[in-house]
Formats: sequence, C-alpha cells, structure tokens
Amino acid sequence: MSTPEQEAVGRTATMSDAMVEAVAHEMRADEEVFYMGEDVADYGGIFDSTTGLLDEFGRDRVMDVPISETAYLGAAVGAAQAGMRPIAELMFVDFFGVAMDQIYNQMAKNTYMSGGSFSVPMVLTTAVGGTYNDAAQHSQTLYGTFAHLPGMKVVAPSTAYDAKGLMHNAIRDDDPVVYMFHKRLMGIGWLPAPDGPKTPVPKEDYTIPFGKADVKREGDDVTVVTLGLHVHRALEAAEMLADEGIETEVIDLRTLKPLDRETVLESVRKTGRLVVVDEDYRSYGVTGEIISSVAEADLDSLEAVERVAVPDVPIPYSRPMEDAVIPGTDDVAEAVRSVGE
Amino acid sequence: MTTASPDQLRRMYEDMVTARLYEERLQDEYMEGKRPGFDISTGEIPGELHLAAGQEAAAVGVCHHLRDDDTVTAPHRPHHVAIAKRVDLKRMTAEIFGRETGLCSGKGGHMHLFDPDVNFACSGIIAEGCPPAVGAGLAAKKRNTDSVAVAYLGEGAIDQGGFLESLNLASVHDLPVVFVVEDNDWAISMPKERVTRPDDGSKRADGFDMHGVRVDSDDARAVYEAGGEAVGRARDGNGPTLLEVQVHRRMGHFMGDPETYRPEEDQERAAARDSIDRLAADMREFGIDDQELEEIRDRAANRVDEAVTWAKQQPLPEPEAAHDHAFTNPPEGVTSEEPEFADSGAAAGGDD
Repeated sequence: MSTPEQEAVGRTATMSDAMVEAVAHEMRADEEVFYMGEDVADYGGIFDSTTGLLDEFGRDRVMDVPISETAYLGAAVGAAQAGMRPIAELMFVDFFGVAMDQIYNQMAKNTYMSGGSFSVPMVLTTAVGGTYNDAAQHSQTLYGTFAHLPGMKVVAPSTAYDAKGLMHNAIRDDDPVVYMFHKRLMGIGWLPAPDGPKTPVPKEDYTIPFGKADVKREGDDVTVVTLGLHVHRALEAAEMLADEGIETEVIDLRTLKPLDRETVLESVRKTGRLVVVDEDYRSYGVTGEIISSVAEADLDSLEAVERVAVPDVPIPYSRPMEDAVIPGTDDVAEAVRSVGE
Repeated sequence: MTTASPDQLRRMYEDMVTARLYEERLQDEYMEGKRPGFDISTGEIPGELHLAAGQEAAAVGVCHHLRDDDTVTAPHRPHHVAIAKRVDLKRMTAEIFGRETGLCSGKGGHMHLFDPDVNFACSGIIAEGCPPAVGAGLAAKKRNTDSVAVAYLGEGAIDQGGFLESLNLASVHDLPVVFVVEDNDWAISMPKERVTRPDDGSKRADGFDMHGVRVDSDDARAVYEAGGEAVGRARDGNGPTLLEVQVHRRMGHFMGDPETYRPEEDQERAAARDSIDRLAADMREFGIDDQELEEIRDRAANRVDEAVTWAKQQPLPEPEAAHDHAFTNPPEGVTSEEPEFADSGAAAGGDD
C-alpha cells in the first residue's frame, strides 16, 4: 500500500508518531502554533496525539485546559482570528455536543460571514471510532456530521504517511481544518492497531493536498470507497476476494471536505460496481453522498451499488451487538460479492 | 443537624465496604482475558472501566437520605453511587459484563447505567447529568411532590457550561436539586489547581445566590450531616444546594491509566486517607465491636461475590438485539393511519 518513494524512506512510524512529528515540526518553525486540550500535556493525549510535546515546548505552548470545550475551542477560534495558529483537541468527537456552537457557528462561519476579512487558521483534532466497546457516547465517528456543515475542511487519515502530510497541510492552511484520527489506528499500547497504518514516513516535512483520494489498491471488478479504519478492513477483504477471483479497487477518501469525486467516478467507470463502506451512521451520511455523486455525474456508469455502514442506531456496548453494527471485514467482502454477481 | 445514628453508621459502613470490594473485584475481573499485553477491546468486561475506590463517603453520605422516588444522575464513574442508591447490584453487574439480562440489556455498559426502579441514570459526558437532574427537580416541583434530585459530578466537571447553567436554572426556580461535586483532586491527569479557580468549588454557588458548602475531610459522618441538610432543604421546598466533598482517588482514572503524571506521594497520601477505616474507628467508639464490623464486611463480600457470579452466568445478547430500543413507539409514532377529512384541502383537490 505504500509507494516506492515511501519505501525508499527506510523507516516506519505509527500514525501517532507521524502526527506528533508534523505538529512538532510546525511548532519549531512557527512560534504562533500551539496545542491545547484536555490531558495533552503530562499525559501526552489519551490517544497518544501529543506524546513528548510538553518536554520540548513547555506548558505555554502545550496547554492542558479546563473541561470547558465551549471556552477553549472558542478561544482557539479567537486566537486564530487574532493571527495565531492554534491546534485544539476535542478528546472524543462524541463530546462535540457541548461545544457545537463554537465549532459550527463560529469556527466554521466567521470567514464567510466576514466576507473573507477574517481567517480562522486553526486545527481541531479529535479522536473517532469504536471497536472497543465504549458504547454510544464514546464510539462514534460522526464523519457525516462534520462534513455536512459548510466552512470546515475535514480530513480522516488511515496511514501514518497520510497522517503526517495532512497534518502539515492542516496547520499551514488558513482555514479551520477538522482532523479526525481513528483511535484504533494510532498504535496505542492498550488498543492494538492493525498492520496497515504503520507505514514508511519521510523524516522531512511534506504536505498532502486536501481533496485528493488515494487508491490504496487497484482492481478492475469492484470499487470500494471508504476511509479511516475501514480502509484496512476493505484491504483485508480485498485480499480474501482476490483468492476468489474478484479484483477489488480500494479508494481511501482521506479527505471528506473537499471530496474527491473525480477519483471515485473514474474508478466506477472502470468497474461499474460500487460499494461504499463507512463507520458512521447509514442515513444522511458519507455513503449516500458518494453514491449520489456518482449517480448524478454518470448514472450509466453504475451497474450495481451497495453501502455498508452503521445501521441507524446508537453504538451498543456489549461486544456481540457492537460487532453487529460496525462493519467488519466479512461484511465488506459480502457486499463486494453481492454487487459482483 | 442530621447526626448519623449507630444504625445509620452500620448501613453506611456496609455500603461503603460493598462499593470498595466491588471495585476491587471488578479490577481483577477486568484484567481477565486482556493479558499478556493489555488490550482494552478483549476480555470479560468490555470497554473502559472507571473505578471509584476512595470516593465511597460522598456516595453514602448523600444517597442515604434519599428514597427510591428521588432521582440521582451519576457520571462515568458511577458504581459507588449506584450501590448507595440501591440500584439492583446483580443486574448492574450483568450490564457491566455486557449481558442480556443487564440493567440496560447490554446497551449501556458501565458508564451508562439506568435503573428506573430507583430513578437512577448516568451520562458518560462530563457534567451532562446535571441538566437532567434539574429536570427531575422541575417535575417534582410542578407535580407538587416532595421528591428531590441529586446530580453527581467530579471536580473537573465544575468548569463545564452544562453544570453552570444548571446551577442558575435550579436556583432561579428554587428547585429541589443537590449538586454533589466529588473532588478527587484530578481530572484524569490534570490537577485541580492547573485548570480550576477557585480552589473551593462550592464557592461557585455564591454567584448563583444558592447554598454552597464544602466537606473538606472525606468523612462519611460529615458528608451525612451536610447531605442531610442539603436534601432536607430541597425536600422542604427551600431550593438547591451545591455540596463539594473531598474524596481520594485510590486507582487510575481508568483501568490501564499508567498514572505516570501523578507523583508517588500523592498516591500514597490518597491511600492513607481511607474514609472506610475512619468510619470503622468512629463505630468502635460507638461500641460497635470488631466482630460486628467483620460480620458486615463478610456480608458485603458475599453480596459482591453473588452479584459477580450471577452476572457471569448470564447470556450475552444476540447480535440482532442491537436494533431494538432505538425508540419506544413505532417509527411512525402513535398512528400509522393518515386521517381523512371530508372538507380538507387534499380531499377538495388542493383548492383553498
């Protein structure tokens, strides 16, 4: 899944290491960059998002904040409008509810409402995803919620390589960027990651543009479009299906806003068969958006389509039920087989 | 002044010991199946686990003034409060083990325990149990009953908007609500002095013109007195109280928390100040002898063992059960029939 250029790098990193490396680089390069959030200083981020930053940059620039998301996310908006480049962390994306006004009525809209006279150059980092039985208030991805509201760029990397390049771009960008990292991909000791997200990562800084999907696996038979953790589940399914003679193309969106519709369309024109896999709720979300984009642009290219997503219920706690609602590798494989028939 | 009688001391001691033994037992059970490495997504008990050892006094000191028709909302660290509020221990334990017969059919888990029989509910989001407690108080006032509502939260939660707004709403309507802040000095890795002013959280009450009191001593008897005054005030229709109680965190924020941020002296200090030992010493002064204390401890140990044993024998839910309980009524609401009116616009072909 990594390119020859990445292989040539000669070292691999976890997604956590890659993210932190990009943040540290930007903090060294620009004194206006600072990080704030709950447990980001001494703890290093509950999901290893800030490991080691306190030691290098001190408490002025790596700030623990009160459990007051409205105040500190809003303060990030204000500091950004004053010209600084804050990175503010929402520990779990599920906590967005207590601070949504600052996120979508302030952060997301001030550039537009000011006719472009203000910019909000901040990054909102946040942990997403389930698969470890943390129940309905700590397991959501909410990709669709954030991508739906205008005014925010939204990224969700699935590998260390992408995580670093997207973080550099997020911090340097003059617009608010919501950076959604999946807990299961970070490489945390107590939450083992699959093999995929740990990739070769160049030591130097580099930027990956927003709105460019990445074809993580090429195939002629069926297109699978997905993001985050499910890139790896789709790749695993693709390996299984290859043994059955089905060649699956796996597209990692990487960015939800802007959305790379062109890459998706190109692939569907080749395969004619589309499966969209999402760890967010089924209705009014990523799956519907991708499928309708293809249908709208080129209805004739679509021979068969299916979506695999969380049914429209909150995420249940008990393992058999959580496993039932979060799409697994088998669910992806089954959907690919069904559109391939 | 509500001074605890010897019988009340016995009841508090039993619940406190039950809660402590419960957390110690869950600590062991939780690690089953998660070793050799620690993988949070495996093992008998799913998900995160936030244990409350060292916070028992705050639970019994207030909840022992409550009736079943009084409401309690608890945060992500709820077991001790649930025990003091007489939540069904067996079904609560089954819920924590993710079993079908658990309090919430395996939907909620340890951070989201709900028991309507004793009006107990949780929220895993910091401070967000406060507004629903205010709502329970509002319902009591509107219906002219004398039931009260208690919202539990940690000291880190007093910086949250939902809490501050709740204080104001409860105060301006003189609602029968008691806010109990369990101050264990730590918001995960953040010590109180780094993130919160003032040091005495009960002073938040001053700005809302309501009663505020801090029990500084992690002493069940002192909490019982302060709790009695607060609950009594609410029950008598004299408005809300903010009660902050100093407790001690004897375990990590959650199972798996390395606590590398926490000085060893602080852990030792918390371990040394044990409200259960303190209460036992007081009880001896009241003539309750060691043999009786041991009998109480044995009873508590048996209760915990029975609950855990029962819970582990319960079946896991069927995967398809995930689709149940999203709504109470059918999706279409109380009817599936479109009404027909002879003179409606629709019947007349839309001509209005």
